[in-house]
Amino acid sequence: DLRDKLRKKRRALQESLGKVKDDTQKLTGRGDDPGETLRRSLKAQRMKKKKKPVHQSKAASLLQQEASLEQPSHLRGPRDRETLTRFDRETDLDVHEEESSFAARVKFRDAARKATRDKRTETGLPTEEEAYKFFTFNFDPEPQESRRKDRAKKKTRSTDDEENEGEEDEEEEEEETGRARAREGEDESRERDEDAPLVRDEEEDLFIIDQSAKDFLELKKADYIGYNRRVLREREIFFTPSTRPVPASCKLPENVQPRYLEDEGLYVGERPPVALSNQNILENRILKEDGQGKKWFGDDGRILALPDPIKESSSRPPLYHLEEELDPALQTVYRKPLKSKYVNRYIAGVGDTQGDYQLDVDVSGLIFSHHPLFSKEHVLGARLAQLYDQYLSRQHKNLTCLLTDKLNGLRNTIRNMLELHSGEGISHVTQQRIAEYKQEVHTRQLRDTEQEKDRTLLKSIIKVWKELKSLREDKGCTNTPYKLYIRREEIQRALDEQEQEAEILAEVAELQAESEEDYERKLNEYKRKHEGWKSWKKKQKTLKKKQKQRRQQSQDVDEEEEEDEHSEEELGEEPVKPEAPEKPDIAGLEQQVREKAAKIRRKPGEPVLVPELTASNPITPNEACPGEISRREDVSKRSLFVKVLYNDKEVSRTDSRSLNMDFRVHFGQIFNLKIVNWPESIKLQIYEGVSSSSSLLAEVCVPVPESSVLTGSTPSEELEFSSNQRVTFNHEGVGSVPVSFTNDGSNIQTLLTSGKLSCCVSWAVGEDDIPLAPPSTQHGAGMHGLRQMDAIACIGASGLNDMKRLGKWAAESRLDPNDPNNASIMQLLSVASGGEVVAPDYFRLEQLQEEFNFLSDEELERSRRFRLIRLRSQEEPEFRNFKTIPATEREISEKVFEEYDRRLKEGEVIDTKEHIDAHRALVAKYLQKVRESVINRFLISKHHYILSDLVVEEEVPSIVLGLNLFKLAEPKRPLKPRRKERKKVTAQNLSDGDIKLLVNIIRGYDIPIRKPHTKPAAGSKGARSYTETFTAASTSQTALQASEWPLGQPVIRPFVEVSFQRTLLQTSTAEGPNPCWNEELVLPFSAPNGDYSTSSLQAVRDEVFISIFDEVLHDVDERERGSSVHTRIERHWLGSIKIPFSTIYMQSRIDGTFKLGTPPVLLGYSKERSLGSEGGYDAIRSLSEGTFLTLFITIEPQLVPGDSIREKFDTQEVERLLLACEIFEKDAGQRYPDRPCVTTVVDINGKTVFITRFIRPLPPPQELLDAFPNNSQEATELVVRYVSLIPFLPDSVSFVGICDLWSTCDQFLTLLAGDEEEHAVLLCNYFLSMGKKAWLIIGTAIPEGPTAYVLTQEQNRYLIWNPSTGQYYGQHDTFCPLQTVGCLVNADNVWFNIQLYATPIRMSFDVTKPKFWKPFFSRSFPDPGLSSVQPEDLVYRRTDKAYAAELQDIEKILREKIMEWRPRHPTRWNRYCTSTLRQFLPKLEMSGGREVAEEHRLELQSLLGDYRISGFPLHLPFSEIRPIIEAVYSTGVHNVEAPNVEFALAVYVHPYPSNVLSVWVYIASLVRTR
Amino acid sequence: MTSPNPSVFLLMISGQIEGAQFPEYDDLYCKYCFVYGHDWAPTSGLEEGISQITSKGRGSTQSLVWNFPLDITFKSTNPFGWPQIVVSVYGPDTFGNDVVRGYGAVHIPFTPGKHTRTIPMFVPESTSRLQKFTSWLMGRRPEYTDPKVVAQGEGREVTRVRSQGFVTLQFSIITKDMKKLGYDTTSGEQAPATRLAGTEQPYRS
Repeated sequence: DLRDKLRKKRRALQESLGKVKDDTQKLTGRGDDPGETLRRSLKAQRMKKKKKPVHQSKAASLLQQEASLEQPSHLRGPRDRETLTRFDRETDLDVHEEESSFAARVKFRDAARKATRDKRTETGLPTEEEAYKFFTFNFDPEPQESRRKDRAKKKTRSTDDEENEGEEDEEEEEEETGRARAREGEDESRERDEDAPLVRDEEEDLFIIDQSAKDFLELKKADYIGYNRRVLREREIFFTPSTRPVPASCKLPENVQPRYLEDEGLYVGERPPVALSNQNILENRILKEDGQGKKWFGDDGRILALPDPIKESSSRPPLYHLEEELDPALQTVYRKPLKSKYVNRYIAGVGDTQGDYQLDVDVSGLIFSHHPLFSKEHVLGARLAQLYDQYLSRQHKNLTCLLTDKLNGLRNTIRNMLELHSGEGISHVTQQRIAEYKQEVHTRQLRDTEQEKDRTLLKSIIKVWKELKSLREDKGCTNTPYKLYIRREEIQRALDEQEQEAEILAEVAELQAESEEDYERKLNEYKRKHEGWKSWKKKQKTLKKKQKQRRQQSQDVDEEEEEDEHSEEELGEEPVKPEAPEKPDIAGLEQQVREKAAKIRRKPGEPVLVPELTASNPITPNEACPGEISRREDVSKRSLFVKVLYNDKEVSRTDSRSLNMDFRVHFGQIFNLKIVNWPESIKLQIYEGVSSSSSLLAEVCVPVPESSVLTGSTPSEELEFSSNQRVTFNHEGVGSVPVSFTNDGSNIQTLLTSGKLSCCVSWAVGEDDIPLAPPSTQHGAGMHGLRQMDAIACIGASGLNDMKRLGKWAAESRLDPNDPNNASIMQLLSVASGGEVVAPDYFRLEQLQEEFNFLSDEELERSRRFRLIRLRSQEEPEFRNFKTIPATEREISEKVFEEYDRRLKEGEVIDTKEHIDAHRALVAKYLQKVRESVINRFLISKHHYILSDLVVEEEVPSIVLGLNLFKLAEPKRPLKPRRKERKKVTAQNLSDGDIKLLVNIIRGYDIPIRKPHTKPAAGSKGARSYTETFTAASTSQTALQASEWPLGQPVIRPFVEVSFQRTLLQTSTAEGPNPCWNEELVLPFSAPNGDYSTSSLQAVRDEVFISIFDEVLHDVDERERGSSVHTRIERHWLGSIKIPFSTIYMQSRIDGTFKLGTPPVLLGYSKERSLGSEGGYDAIRSLSEGTFLTLFITIEPQLVPGDSIREKFDTQEVERLLLACEIFEKDAGQRYPDRPCVTTVVDINGKTVFITRFIRPLPPPQELLDAFPNNSQEATELVVRYVSLIPFLPDSVSFVGICDLWSTCDQFLTLLAGDEEEHAVLLCNYFLSMGKKAWLIIGTAIPEGPTAYVLTQEQNRYLIWNPSTGQYYGQHDTFCPLQTVGCLVNADNVWFNIQLYATPIRMSFDVTKPKFWKPFFSRSFPDPGLSSVQPEDLVYRRTDKAYAAELQDIEKILREKIMEWRPRHPTRWNRYCTSTLRQFLPKLEMSGGREVAEEHRLELQSLLGDYRISGFPLHLPFSEIRPIIEAVYSTGVHNVEAPNVEFALAVYVHPYPSNVLSVWVYIASLVRTR
Repeated sequence: MTSPNPSVFLLMISGQIEGAQFPEYDDLYCKYCFVYGHDWAPTSGLEEGISQITSKGRGSTQSLVWNFPLDITFKSTNPFGWPQIVVSVYGPDTFGNDVVRGYGAVHIPFTPGKHTRTIPMFVPESTSRLQKFTSWLMGRRPEYTDPKVVAQGEGREVTRVRSQGFVTLQFSIITKDMKKLGYDTTSGEQAPATRLAGTEQPYRS
């Protein structure tokens, strides 16, 4: 019940709430009591104030209200809000009127609060007084304010506990509001007390509701701040700089006028371009930032800016010239790679903390001692200065004085010693000493020379000075500031003379003593020698005496003895008689000394001359010396700079300084080089430049300083440099050439530019006075020591192999044998010295090769896997595209190689099994070999790429560019759209089943009709000659059979069967001889081995057989007729076309009407001719005989045919001819892209040959001509037949992926295989030899595509011969397979068809008309007289008849095959029929396969009356047995399934010369009718 | 399918053509295809692909982002002919013709793990200035007959190319059975190092 009670109370409360609201409204509305109204208004005021902080910022209002320092964030607390929203959920009060609701809420809440208070105090109702007191007390705002102030103070005191403060604030606020509310509540309650005492009772419930936890959701209107107010507020925060220019006065300090430097004539760089508005914005922005904003502005009131750094001219030279070639300066120059010398020369420890080394290069300046711009005066001046320098340095050293002193000292000591010992008892030691001293005295000579030098130097100084002076006088101007003063130092003459005299005397005395000594020594020598001489003389005399005696004693002395004596005499050679030495000439000595003294010393009494060189002479200004101006100007133009090269790399350079008049340049620059490489060399290059160009003047190498040489402590060195350039000027400058200084041209001197560069290279000192030099001292003797330590660096890497050198090095470098680092070397050395290791005396390349061989060669050979990989990479045909060679050996079976090995073996052994004809086997082998060699050559050329192989590029439009521009404007969707090529698929992403062959059989014409086998036919027609065929419409056959058939019985029910890759599809059966099928047959195509690469597709030899059959229905059993009809379908072959797949592939589509290959005799069928019934087209069509089929064949998707291989084979043709060919073909290709134009072809050796060389009259086999000696037409037909009997083998099959190869006629006849062009060439040559006018037609035909036909001119008519079938067509034959005629070729020329049309019907074959035919050889390029490549004569071998007979074995093979194809039926052979047929075949051969049908049929009819025969002879050229089998199979004769069927098969092989064989196969099926 | 004696090894590539840097061009798309040797066969995944057209972002990076995923697995018996990815980038020229903007190829990394490759791209140059002009005018720039040309060395000597931007690819490579077939692609030092780290002493008393 408590709950009930609560609920009730709540309801009551809600009611009361509504009431309360009403009450307030009433109250406000009424306002009867003045006190009440006052209170109300007060309250409203308060409420307003109250409301503000709630809805806006309380702080603002409070600040306004009480001016306290309240912080706004502290004033708004959750509790506050809570109070506001307490009842929002519960009450359904309208909140639309904010004030009232708020008031109500507040009231209500206060009431509740009051209630609680009441409850808390348990006092029930406050008394009137109490309430009043409360009210009045509270109404006083002062205490609150004071408290606030207090608090503010407190806050200033302690700001750290703000949170508490905040809470306090909140509480405070709470209190305040509470109080206010309480006040109101008081009012309210009072009012309520008065008005509605009911509320009272619900105090407790109100309390409960007050505590409810659900009421935390605030519903509030979206804040909206008016636009203007927002703008106002934003204005405080945001600043939008205006784009208007700022007045200059703002940007400058007060009272300062802008100053424009430009106007004052100062250079002001061009500022980088900045948009004015942006600049203004920036200026505004800067100015807005108060304070130092003005520092950004310059004196002119603009923003400070550096000049525009962008150069106007491009700094990169243009890469291309118009001539298509790179600027020679930019061309790549090939340099051999060099191993950097510095790779291993990094200083150890670079990158460590102390690892940065710094080298200071101080280039202080340079002085020229000679410069080409020197005037003569300069030269002299420089010399003077040089001499003076020399003088000064000599003076500084003062050698003369030094030596004189020394000399005097020596003399004194000698004198002293001599005096001391005064003659007696001179010890040996002292004597020795004296001698030594005396020896020393030769310093005198040194002194003399020095003195002489001094003297000459002085003299030359004076001389040069004199010259200089005279030069200045001559020129009348002064160029050099040199001025020489010569100071005289007066000397007392007497004293000087005395000294000199004494000196001379002393010297003379010395010299005397010396010379005496010398004399004595020489005298002694002389005496000694003289003694010797005397004794020798005596001996001689005695000897002579003895001799005399002996001679006298024995006159007959042996001659030998005499001779001996003679020799004896001669041995004792006479010594030179010594001469007595001369007495030294004392007087002469003195004379000498005096002379010398006069020469090298100043004269006694002469004043000492002291030169003094100053640079004080004023230089004549330019105006005064007109001759000098140009030179001086030149000098002022010169400037110099010095490049610093470290390790031959330029690291920096000095500023360019201009040359002064005194030819001194001061640089005073120090370069700090941080180095990581060992310093190898430091070079300074002096460059001299006039204006912008500069040239190397000289190069100075600076020694790399020792690591102890540090910056600051080293004086700068002067390094001399010179240059050997020769320079001449036409002004006063002397240049650097031989110059004469005298007027007469003598005294030529060569002056070379030279000077001194003063510089200093030293190691820098770091911050902590640490020298930044590499720690060379660690390694002993620095770099050198380092080298020494490193064996390789010392003796080179190659030296390591040389034990001797290594040993030598080890000894030299004194390796520490105890150092573990050296252990290996020491060991090696010990071994080496032990002599165990002998260095090989051979040189070996790749000595580590064996290490890298991962298999031995034998293993490599043995491994099947490696063999497979190797063969694949060799592109052996079997393995060319072998996929995924297994990873392991065991997965490769030996079988893989079987075929390959067999092929290798077959190279020698000829397999005669497969080929019946041994000759043909040989030919096949030969062909194979040729093919291989050509393929190999082709493979090589295939790997030579040209640009067009790799890059597709639009050709430059040759005519006018404008035409192509029109193409751009072409409509995207023309009204008459042209046929677009289908998208071609590159045949690499294909798999089985992707490619389909679409064969669209449209209609057939002139299909033979059945003949009732009961009645004999009417008149037959003999063979017609080919002339007849075209002269008149053939009426050979009449339409007489039609009536013979019973009504309703179809004449024929033909259907077409297409077989391809053993897939058989057939159309529905149509009726009549001119049926219309219009059916599309889709045949799947699968490439051999699933390889869909272009080359493999080209090699597909499969052919599409399209055969027409007649569907014959036979009732099976006539006895059962009535209840049920059983019919058996029989099909009879009527004819077929075969189209090689390669043709379809290359052509991509075949479209047209084809003549069906029909057998000459079709048993049981005859041709129906409808004459004049349809007229028009049929009339023309009937001109030619045969059955026709309209077809459309294509491949889906279209495959990209193999690219025509560019013929880049070598050639023996003249370059000019080839060029002409290229132009001719290109021109033709551009004008008529669909007309083939061939001028050069590739012969079987793979060489390019001009096409006319293939045409040459060649005689056909004589026996063919002899066959019809008086009928040339017959002979012609026989020849054509002969040619057509040579088997056809397309080049694309035999030479995969290679161009057409043309073989000469003898090659063709040997190979007995070739495609159209070989046949055509042979036929053409035969015709020519037979006296016909014949040409080779290069054109396109169906179905072959590009092909070659032969054109002959006969009796004003042109005949077109298809050489591979032997068919011929008139020019106006509709069914001529030749579609396009590209060019005509004969032995003399090539003509390209430039007529409007290319079909034979609509064109003229008169090659003499240049309007129609464009000749290759014309007047501008005459025929150079090309020799033929054909042999002069063809040799024909007579074919052995017996051999041909042997070939009749084919019959046996075919029989077996037919039995094989009928595995479920017995195959019976009708021998009688066979023998009859066999007799027919030679006749057919004789007649050339033409109309022998009627008599033949009659003959058969009589023989086999009881049989229904259907059969036909097949005629094939013989190449292999396989095509014959294939042809027989395609006829489907074996498919007859009648139970009583019998077969007849006969084969006849007719031999023609040169093994050309014609094969006839007669096949027939016989069904017994009874 | 873990056989002790595998006959093939597998190379699984997943990754993406992240994007390209072609400072001058915009609105580009790219094609990719793989070129691999005879002994390689893709077992799953797409061998070729063509990406969306991407435009440059407005950000400062100026890179073209495709984030075009690559996911393909190859099997092979022989590392010879290791797959390469050929990327060709196309985009419109000033006249709106679709022209090639770059070719590039890079070998798939052969160590397992994540790799990022940046391929510099290039385009074939016209043979003459006139051709350059006409090709520019007609919007038929020279192109390779087959983009796969860039993955082979043969015949490249006849061409002239100009460099043009970069394409960044990212690969994550997983290989299987490479080591079993004797092809060790991880460096020798790494393996023991990891093993050492793995075989820390279990406890120490």
